[in-house]
Amino acid sequence: MIKLTINGQAQDVDVAGDTPLLWVLRDTLGMTGTKFGCGKALCGACTVHVDGAPTRACITPAESVAGKSITTIEGLSSNRSHPVQLAWMELDVPQCGYCQSGQIMAAAALLKQNPKPTDADIDSAMSGNICRCGTYPRIRKAIHRAAELSTKEGG
Amino acid sequence: MMRSRHNDISRRSFLKTAATATGGLVIAVYLPACSKPEEAAKNAGPAKQITANAWLKIGTDGSITMLCDRSEMGQGVYTALPTLIAEELGVAPSSVKVEFAPPGKEYINALLGGQVTGGSTSVRDAWEKLRMAGAEARMRLIGAAAKEWGAPPQSCSVADGYVVFTSRRKSFGELAEAAAALPKPENVQLKTRNEFRYIGKPQKRLDTPAKVDGSAQFGIDTRLPGMLYAALAQPPELGATVKSFKGEAAQGMPGVRHVLQTSSGVAVIADSFWQAHQARDALQIEWEPGKNAKLTNASISAGLRSAASGKGKEVRKDGDAEAALKSGRRFEQTYELPMLAHATLEPQNCTVEFRDDGCHVYAPTQVQQLVQAVAAQASGLPPEKVFVHTTFLGGGFGRRLEADFVPAAVECAKAANKPVKLVWTREDDMTHDKYRPPARNTLSAAFESGGKLDAVKIHLVAPSITARWFPAAVANGAVDPFAVEAAHNFPYDVPNVYVDYLQHEIGIDVGYWRSVSHALNCFSVESFMDELAYEAKLDPYEFRRAMLDKQPRWQMVLDTAARKAGWGHAPSGHHHGIALMSGYDTYVAQVAEVSVQGNQLKVHRIVCAIDCGQMVNPDIVHAQAEGSIVFGLTAALFSEINIANGRVKEQNFDDYRLLRMNESPQIDVYVVNSTEKPGGMGEPATAVVAPAVCNAIYAATRKRIRALPIAKQGFTV
Repeated sequence: MIKLTINGQAQDVDVAGDTPLLWVLRDTLGMTGTKFGCGKALCGACTVHVDGAPTRACITPAESVAGKSITTIEGLSSNRSHPVQLAWMELDVPQCGYCQSGQIMAAAALLKQNPKPTDADIDSAMSGNICRCGTYPRIRKAIHRAAELSTKEGG
Repeated sequence: MMRSRHNDISRRSFLKTAATATGGLVIAVYLPACSKPEEAAKNAGPAKQITANAWLKIGTDGSITMLCDRSEMGQGVYTALPTLIAEELGVAPSSVKVEFAPPGKEYINALLGGQVTGGSTSVRDAWEKLRMAGAEARMRLIGAAAKEWGAPPQSCSVADGYVVFTSRRKSFGELAEAAAALPKPENVQLKTRNEFRYIGKPQKRLDTPAKVDGSAQFGIDTRLPGMLYAALAQPPELGATVKSFKGEAAQGMPGVRHVLQTSSGVAVIADSFWQAHQARDALQIEWEPGKNAKLTNASISAGLRSAASGKGKEVRKDGDAEAALKSGRRFEQTYELPMLAHATLEPQNCTVEFRDDGCHVYAPTQVQQLVQAVAAQASGLPPEKVFVHTTFLGGGFGRRLEADFVPAAVECAKAANKPVKLVWTREDDMTHDKYRPPARNTLSAAFESGGKLDAVKIHLVAPSITARWFPAAVANGAVDPFAVEAAHNFPYDVPNVYVDYLQHEIGIDVGYWRSVSHALNCFSVESFMDELAYEAKLDPYEFRRAMLDKQPRWQMVLDTAARKAGWGHAPSGHHHGIALMSGYDTYVAQVAEVSVQGNQLKVHRIVCAIDCGQMVNPDIVHAQAEGSIVFGLTAALFSEINIANGRVKEQNFDDYRLLRMNESPQIDVYVVNSTEKPGGMGEPATAVVAPAVCNAIYAATRKRIRALPIAKQGFTV
């Protein structure tokens, strides 16, 4: 039994310790917002936060995050009210939408660490997240917009 | 001047061919049975759902539900199609609840002859059909209210879910049952353009909220009670088969329930996907080599090269290009394009459950009837006992026009007697795609003594997708219309034009890949036109423009792109290249701005001008152009599928590189105002970016790229 804390809730999961967190979330716990894209940390579709840091769930053994605080897209906000989600909706960023949970989690982690990112900061933080539909121009704009919304919120 | 009739092969004539060549074949094969929309309404909740027509249900509570008969794969049908109905019903698109339609005769795409989401046809096919559906429903609702009030129908109107007459009003929900009982209205009047409240105006996408909180249900997210998970070992060599296998080791691993041979490899079924995946690695399989055991990229290229000396089927003949080519100053070049993977970010997957009423299939698919047909075959059930539930698609791009991921899932669910979700890994997906066809196109031209372009000959050599996917369409010598796009409609005013297509099969299946042959042929034609401009010592934009006086829509987008990009005034050290295309009833021109330092290429900016006729949702038009450009640029810069011993070498995103945020150029999209009928927007901008970028590279370096990808041509990108 592995003890995980996901979106503030304690969860005991009965899986092999080396099972990637991705499959624990998706199959064991039924939280399918976190996506499987590559299985090798190459695309970022599975990005979650572990103690606030963006982490690729597809290569993260469940036992390695026991006791740590895990946040998934389902726990980012309860009502799509996170500034990144608001900005994403304002600019209608998603196309197929499959990568967007990962993009949003990566963007939220960036803004937490760097509330006013430059384009270069965005390039550096987001280049691990592939969008096959090519929504990059809108993701960039939406991150800047989310930074504005956060500032307003905070100010 | 004598000119033969333009042999214009379009999707419409494809349909005509398909219809005449096959009669009811599409219906017979892909439409074996149709579930009724009422069936979908059965489980809809406490309020009674009244079926207004195939696309529309009005609840007695006033709710409005649209059955969306096209698959949402990012291109926006989940928003654009409801908008068409909502406009005529007089309700805001945001008030419409959207469900995906089951397979059904009513849902056939008239431009493609089946219930297919592809070919950038969704809005073009729906444009009148769905507005008519909305208008008919509106007239019935008005008719029901007018009857009750004893009022003249023409004095009643609709507003935000109510029928209104003087000070009276009644909700659609109250009227729905009476409206449905009325006869089909006659003389249905559609709104005129200046009456549009929603069409052509900015509208929020209806699928965005579910796509920012993780709740959107893709195929891979399907969860059914008691569901098991399957991983599938497919032959590494394309076309090989299972000779024998030992499954004991896998069978003994944690969580494993079944190991079985399916029609497409050996499957492991377990309590979780990870367990199935782990146990798959423990399978010992001996494969029986197939016909591709010795296939390599080199042998495919050599095959195309040797086939190219032959003569293809005539696609277009204006004047006498052969004669002109013999007399004038002749110029000839060959362009080569590689195979490509679709690489949808959601890997292929399918979930199947056998219930008392039949086989339920949950699939991210672009072709509901094909899924129904192959699941029927795999399950041994009649098609009317197969229920297809379409989910959101995590990318389509043509990959999900195939149903190759369905049969094994059906076989697993049947063997396990439980619901089973089969998931391909990224590596499975990369190595078992239906790849974009490779092509080897040779173009020849002749100049008159005065320097004017006198003849152009386009010789296209590539395998045919349609010959496999829908053989009836190319029976009796018909040319595959999806092989000659962007060549058959060569727009430039040249007296002698000849286009032919030589079908050369390569041994493995090829598939429809976003923009299909437009991408192959636009690269060839627009690279060649650029070469001819330099041969003629003319500016590449002016050279094209001068030959487009009879083609105002082509000329308009060309001018717009050049003007917006500041053609002739690239920033210092930067260089421009231009390219032009029409496809899907849409016109696109792009100017690429690049710099090259040593061998280091940087694409700074793509300016794109579009005339897509009447827009339904301008923001989605822009989004599709932006996304298409990234998609096309990825292919131009990096992408190539390599084969050795019949096996695909590329496995994942480390060796099949996709463009990333830090590599994405500035993209500026300009849409020309147009009142022409809507054109498609899912694909056309994809095809134009490769020639625009390569033409800019030539402007920068005087190095002409005649084979893609650019990364293989001595440039670092």
